[in-house]
Amino acid sequence: MSAVTAEHDHDDHHHDDHAHGPEKGWLRWVVTTNHKDIGTLYLVFALAMFFVGGTMAMIIRAELFEPGMQFVDPQFFNSMTTMHALVMVFGAVMPAFVGLANWMVPMMIGAPDMALPRMNNMSFWLLVAGILLLASTLFMEGGAPAGGWTLYPPLVLQTGKALPFAIFSVHLLGISSIMGAINIVATILNMRAPAMSLMKMPMFVWTWLITGFLLIAIMPVFAGAVTMLLTDKFFHTSFFDAAGGGDPVLYQHIFWFFGHPEVYVMILPTFGVASTIIPVFARKPLFGYSSMVYATAAIAFLAFIVWAHHMFTVGMPISGELYFMYATMLIAIPTGVKVFNWTATMWKGAMTFETPMLFSISFVVLFTLGGFTGLMMSIAPADFQYHDSYFIVAHFHYTLVPASIFMLMAGGYYWLPKWTGHMYNEKIGQLHFWLSAISVNILFFPQHFLGLAGMPRRIPDYAIQFSDWNMISSIGGFIFGASQLLFLYIVVDTIKGGTGEKVTDEVWEDAHKHGLEWTLPSPVPYHTFSTPPTVIPCDHD
Amino acid sequence: MKKIKQLFAGAMLTTFGLPIAQADYALNLMEGVTKVSNDIYDLHMLILWICVFIGIAVFGTIFYSIYHHRKSKGHEAAHFHEHTTVEIIWTIIPTIILVAMAIPATKTMLELDDVQESEMSIKVTGKQWYWDYQYLDSGVHFESHLDEISEKSHRGHTIDPHTVPNYLLSVDRPLVIPINKKIRFVFTSADVIHSWWVPDLGWKKDANPGFINEAWTSVPTPGVYRGQCTELCGRDHGFMPIVVIAMNQGDYDNWVKTTLEKQNAKPDLSDQSHEQLMANGSSVYLKNCVACHQIDGKGVVGNYPALRGSAKVTGGVDPLIGFLQAGTSKMPSFAKLKDNELAAVITYIRNSPDIGNKVGDEIQPKAITPVYDDDE
Repeated sequence: MSAVTAEHDHDDHHHDDHAHGPEKGWLRWVVTTNHKDIGTLYLVFALAMFFVGGTMAMIIRAELFEPGMQFVDPQFFNSMTTMHALVMVFGAVMPAFVGLANWMVPMMIGAPDMALPRMNNMSFWLLVAGILLLASTLFMEGGAPAGGWTLYPPLVLQTGKALPFAIFSVHLLGISSIMGAINIVATILNMRAPAMSLMKMPMFVWTWLITGFLLIAIMPVFAGAVTMLLTDKFFHTSFFDAAGGGDPVLYQHIFWFFGHPEVYVMILPTFGVASTIIPVFARKPLFGYSSMVYATAAIAFLAFIVWAHHMFTVGMPISGELYFMYATMLIAIPTGVKVFNWTATMWKGAMTFETPMLFSISFVVLFTLGGFTGLMMSIAPADFQYHDSYFIVAHFHYTLVPASIFMLMAGGYYWLPKWTGHMYNEKIGQLHFWLSAISVNILFFPQHFLGLAGMPRRIPDYAIQFSDWNMISSIGGFIFGASQLLFLYIVVDTIKGGTGEKVTDEVWEDAHKHGLEWTLPSPVPYHTFSTPPTVIPCDHD
Repeated sequence: MKKIKQLFAGAMLTTFGLPIAQADYALNLMEGVTKVSNDIYDLHMLILWICVFIGIAVFGTIFYSIYHHRKSKGHEAAHFHEHTTVEIIWTIIPTIILVAMAIPATKTMLELDDVQESEMSIKVTGKQWYWDYQYLDSGVHFESHLDEISEKSHRGHTIDPHTVPNYLLSVDRPLVIPINKKIRFVFTSADVIHSWWVPDLGWKKDANPGFINEAWTSVPTPGVYRGQCTELCGRDHGFMPIVVIAMNQGDYDNWVKTTLEKQNAKPDLSDQSHEQLMANGSSVYLKNCVACHQIDGKGVVGNYPALRGSAKVTGGVDPLIGFLQAGTSKMPSFAKLKDNELAAVITYIRNSPDIGNKVGDEIQPKAITPVYDDDE
């Protein structure tokens, strides 16, 4: 169905505005409906939020450097853990992937722009409004939300003046995400070049198509959950209050019905970027394209039926414990398929190790480590030990930092030359990689030990026997944090001209075999594919 | 360079698997003292070794490939991009491993869940920020707060945590249990969700307000077992530890007897010296008031009012007594405090240099009685 509509869309009305460049001056960035401009806005905003959330992480690690309370008040510490998570999830990782989707999806499927350009602009600016509102709670009486990013009642209802503002900001972020997701899904389903069938789409497009559906399904659930918090607090309802016939655990069920797919929203596009980059630098087609597609879809489906594995110790009937354990263990199968496929893609390739590839390889290894600990925690009785300890902190940071963040960095290095027409400084890029890859392990690996030794998460101070690993972890954290400034430097430097080396259209050797974006000039013109391409590179036929 | 990383990862994984029991630089899960905790430890080691094994295979392949299949060594890229047999194999083998894992996991889960035929029950109530233990059979009932020295250390910045024995892991009144008895715990909460975790027992369980959760343990060896609250429960979440002392039945029976005697004894309401009142008051304050009003009595701006210079504190005594006993929507009632404790803490907050008030009086326990109708 999509191929037919796509043909009609492109030919006529895009020709006349083809010559138009962007609006002059700063207003360009406010009113733009161009997918490349909006992609840039998303990426710049996400990078800024990465440093904001990172600063909060530095405060957390500084307080945990030694036992005893040194720098902050426990309540502020709790606000930091809460805000660090919210900012990183909703301000950095998700917007960064939406930014990549904005930039790359139209170029990868041969479309001139996103399907709904005005809504695209609106979803970006709602994101900014949402995050600013969230950040403003830091300055409110009673402080920013401090009940954890999961916002569990009754604790979250003890938040001071900030509660309704935080909830409204979640609403705004939700609306923004839903609009972004609808836009991406509509673009992928309707605007592909005629020759691009679904099973010829690049993996990044596939993972975003599936992620888009996940987002559309889950964001309203989260909005509903926080709205119930709002009415419980201000309108005398008792959804989550036992005294009025409600149940605080109900919130957790609703939250994690959103929350589990949500973590896959952050990891599926990560997979997509890895599946895009690894074949180029292995000089070999992606191994098992169709099984990659099916595995992604299977992971997305499983995401909806495993939520209560976040709640093994909450007090569930034994049948619930067992069901959620079995269902969760199943995730290992499609995830394993993906890891094996990446490995097989590298196998017998002719690999080179530019910065994007370095990040991608370390992603495969370190994400797999995060997957292992995930498998360990799926074993429900063992989770009675692991749950809410530093073990889980290590687990999800392995799946988010050296996975999602690393692949965002990899994507940045990979596509920056295409976007800007300049080559980044490979030496500094590799330095950034090595510093990041080593320090991220110094930062997070010891947290496994801390959790197993009995250190709970979300505590501002700890018993003496946890001192050594905490200090090592903090040192790793400071190195990791500082190393990211290199990335900022490289991005700015590349935009300003980079190495001065003129990049070719395909930038990377034979990249044009792997994706449509490499058939376009570097830097990419403001408007591309005003007429759809007729030849589709497809390396898996 | 990659090699170094591989070595690093390998070294980490190997050491990870070694059962080292030292306190500092501890690496692995503790085996614990109960049968359930040992079973969980075995499950943990099993799945850990499976992961290590798969990790060696996968990462080994990746690093072999990185070393040999690189362009700089002149390796030509192959062109295969699918292999149905291989893909089926690496779907089926993990499935078999998972089924093999699920069987012992299910067994342990059933064991963990079975609270039937317990010999005694203890009700555990989580409160911001301490635990309340009620022995449903014998009637022993007490609160368990973070010990005073840890409390002073983390709040006062004057005592080095390294000098505090079991910093943040000691309580004023530990939970005492007999060995070799199947003890059923029932969990609930008075305010927000807490979670009760003693790693040596092998599990944690959430304490949900308005609901009851169950768990059980049977400890075979006498000893002291420590743990903490593991569900974020607000400001002092990090400061509500758990200490369990398991003792022989005889010792336990004695403990119950003396505890009940003390619990049922009438409080000593005779007059006390100023110093005595202040000392007792300080300890009541550290257990009951410090979490909100802070060690310096300054409270927390926007959340908890200051006692320092507060007219309510330094003004009339009777209204203050009434206020403490009744509580408000924001402040809990402290009717639970005995007259001598109430007298001491009121004297303390009116006169302590730490709090910053100096009324210059002492409130004797007898001053409380006319107002406080204690029907015990």
